[in-house]
Amino acid sequence: MLRLGAKRALRSGAASRGFQTSSKRSADVTLTVDGKSVTVPQGTALIQACEAAGVTIPRFCYHDRLAIAGNCRMCLVEVARSPKPVASCAMPAMPGAQVFTNTPMVHEAREGVMEFLLANHPLDCPICDQGGECDLQDQSMRYGSDRTRFHEITGKRAVENKDFGPLVKTVMNRCIQCTRCVRFANEVAGVEELGTTGRGNDLQIGMYVEKVMDSELSGNVVDLCPVGALTSKPYAFHARPWELKDTESIDVMDAVGSNINVQSRGPKVMRVQPRTNEDVNEEWISDKTRYAYDGLQFQRLMTPLVRQGDRFIPASWEGALTAIRAGLTNSGAQGNSIKAIAGALADTESLVALKDWINNLGSDNTALDCAGGSEPPAATVDVRSNYLFNATIPALEQADAILLVGTNPRHEAAVMNSRIRKSYLHTGLEVGFIGERAETTYEYEYLGADLKAVDEFVKSKNGFAAKFKEAKKPMIVVGSALTEHPDGKAALKTLAKYVQANKGKMLTPEWNGFCVLQRHASRAAAYDIGFVPTASAAKATPSFVYLLSADDVDPKSIPESAFVVYQGSHGDLGAQIADVVLPGAAYTEKGMTWVNTEGRAQMGRAAVSIPGAAREDWKIIRALSEVCGEPLPYDDIVQLRDRMWEVSPTLVRYDSAEPTSVDVAQLGLAQMANALTPAKASGKPFEKPIKNFYMTDPISRASVTMAHCTKAFVKGEGYGLSKDETAAQASFA
Amino acid sequence: MAFRCMRLRPLLPARRAFSTSRAARSDALFVHRDTPYNNSKIPFEFDEANTKIAKEVVAHYPPQYKKAAVIPLLDLAQRQNKGWTSISVMNYVAKFLDMPPMRVYEVATFYTMFNREPIGKHFVQVCTTTPCMLCNAYDILSTVKEHLKIGVGETTPDGLFTLVEVECQGACSNAPMLVVGDDFYEDLTPESTKKILDAFKKGQKPKPGPQSGRHTSENSAGLTALTSKPYGPGEHCQPEFK
Repeated sequence: MLRLGAKRALRSGAASRGFQTSSKRSADVTLTVDGKSVTVPQGTALIQACEAAGVTIPRFCYHDRLAIAGNCRMCLVEVARSPKPVASCAMPAMPGAQVFTNTPMVHEAREGVMEFLLANHPLDCPICDQGGECDLQDQSMRYGSDRTRFHEITGKRAVENKDFGPLVKTVMNRCIQCTRCVRFANEVAGVEELGTTGRGNDLQIGMYVEKVMDSELSGNVVDLCPVGALTSKPYAFHARPWELKDTESIDVMDAVGSNINVQSRGPKVMRVQPRTNEDVNEEWISDKTRYAYDGLQFQRLMTPLVRQGDRFIPASWEGALTAIRAGLTNSGAQGNSIKAIAGALADTESLVALKDWINNLGSDNTALDCAGGSEPPAATVDVRSNYLFNATIPALEQADAILLVGTNPRHEAAVMNSRIRKSYLHTGLEVGFIGERAETTYEYEYLGADLKAVDEFVKSKNGFAAKFKEAKKPMIVVGSALTEHPDGKAALKTLAKYVQANKGKMLTPEWNGFCVLQRHASRAAAYDIGFVPTASAAKATPSFVYLLSADDVDPKSIPESAFVVYQGSHGDLGAQIADVVLPGAAYTEKGMTWVNTEGRAQMGRAAVSIPGAAREDWKIIRALSEVCGEPLPYDDIVQLRDRMWEVSPTLVRYDSAEPTSVDVAQLGLAQMANALTPAKASGKPFEKPIKNFYMTDPISRASVTMAHCTKAFVKGEGYGLSKDETAAQASFA
Repeated sequence: MAFRCMRLRPLLPARRAFSTSRAARSDALFVHRDTPYNNSKIPFEFDEANTKIAKEVVAHYPPQYKKAAVIPLLDLAQRQNKGWTSISVMNYVAKFLDMPPMRVYEVATFYTMFNREPIGKHFVQVCTTTPCMLCNAYDILSTVKEHLKIGVGETTPDGLFTLVEVECQGACSNAPMLVVGDDFYEDLTPESTKKILDAFKKGQKPKPGPQSGRHTSENSAGLTALTSKPYGPGEHCQPEFK
């Protein structure tokens, strides 16, 4: 098997890839664990076979998503006819093996390992942030001895702390050298700067030279660390795990729809942790998802505000809503001059309500908060497959050639990017890249920056284009920024034609290789609803503008005379230009539907109550419609979801990504392929839409932690542990 | 006197009856600190001859596993860089082999024979592992210390000698021994040790090997077996084969 792998790699000549995998083997093996027979696929680790038999094996270094290290020795089990205990994580399950996990030998082995681990681990649980959720603490209580035979007069090992930046706090004395963080950084996050230095008792985790851990996924090492060596810096000493209330929810910082666990205490979100969902985020989340929650505390809109002259006056809901009615009447807005703009953080329910209300007022001018969002979209949105990530996220691992056009997944969907890296490391994945050069966590073949490169790729018969043609499962990933680009229509047209020409591979019932990567949580839902202007509506000059969480809007694009209403959770850019501000709820405060870039509808849940007089967004729109004389026909969330079902059943089919059938997808492609494009291309390069990963929406812009990240990672300013730690902690307090 | 001692003792704070020195480390610090003599801005590159050797070493491995050449290349670079592996040396080797610098740091910190601090012209390594220790290696060590007036891990002010204590070098049959650079000096006595060090001080190179007059590792008290003449062709054969 090894030789085969080496041969294959030789042929492809990939010089720098370090990992080889053996091919899939489907045979099953049957073994007994504690007398219970269990059947697992061949090649399964013994520890997994034990799990399958319902036996919990204690472990520190083993993690089912990381490479096997086998260095903590906590997972020792007894195997019949084996003279020594066996490390079950590093031992494959053998047919007919008899495994015992509850014998004196195993107990003694575990106790011994625990004694060694604790020989150098400080017993400072009361002042350790991991206390209460510490694997070492739990397992030493369960499997360890109550005393030690180590009484070293030199004391325990002392290791200096490392500076990993503003997110990960290190207390290296507590490290038990399981190397989970090192394996995560190297395999998943693609930060190959983390490693182990020294040897034996002096082994340390670190980067040898002084630098911060520059990764969008660095927060996951906090979850992975089985002890308190790596803990969360913003959360340090704020709460104990048993004080927190868990709420299973959905993240809105990007369009991946990562499953999260919002942990709150009273009215405050204390931290955000990932929840396992194999189809979406596995068990990782990006740092923005994890750490932007402190932005929920700042810049919040608490009461309705009405502009008087150059300042905002707090108003009652009644006052604010009647002010809007007056504004709507006085502005003389009729038909398409009533415009609604939906921002990145608008939930599906409020989008449906807003569109219904605007349509009731006789307008089709529903626009999106992005470049070109007030125009009919570049890709027609009549067919779902034109704006969704059709292949679905897990399929990123099956693709054998990926062409990225105008997108940098590392910043637009950090968790999905880790799947591309996984595939890159373990298979012969080839990646091509068109757009502004970006630092990805895998090698790619750079094809150019603009429309010309797309045309050349389609025509070319060598290089990456040839590999792409040969690929069994080719995938084109189009960034959402491409649809906002002046040449986007032309590029999509070319690509649609290419997919049509290669539909034998790119468009089959099993595989739809044309994927659009959205970057805003609300965008896929907005397209599903049809929250886009018609061609005639787009030409109208707006005199009444309703901004629903729209904060990226260019103030110059709104006429001075127009009456502007802003509804949202944060006093960001959108609120500044408004005449009336309506305080809405943030994503942790409402149980709403979010549709991710695959078109997967997922239900978020309210973790904490809404601050001040703010209300759930759809209720505000419902109340406003009543004040303005045409009440929307739903009084509660159930009726509203019925309405959503009428609009599109996919919006309420939770947790499933509905595939588009091949015939319908072809119709969509034909629409794109036949689209009218400007005669002359602008030739501008496809720029990266996200310049600063850590600040992309009102919540992350209000977050102090994200500001620290911007300083440390984007601006690269020195983030010395000694200098800034005190300041950082003071601002979190 | 005894009375005063008894008075004094309770005044001392309660503490353990004996103290120890700092825990012995196998090597220096396992993190890098920028210093004027060791920082990544100091340039390092293989010279022409070494580039040729390095390319030849890399050619021994399949192209996708060329990082396997990291140890020989680090050694080559260390020799070119006056016997020590600076951060620039590690970065250069990483670049040469297309591997992340951290993977090179890991190797260089793991193996004690990569010196991450500058050393003197003559690198004196005294073995103190059990067989040498039984043959009075500590006398040799203290002789070197006294003669050079440095401690273990230190360099003489003239930059000629650096002294370290090392583990077994595989020359146990000629214990005690020390290594200077790449050469073994075996069967040492304090006198012969001083002689060797003096010779190096004068810029000479004493003859490596046993200093006791032994040829290699034969019995120092003379042979006790195989003393007779070895038989030649034709002897001890059947008559017809003679």
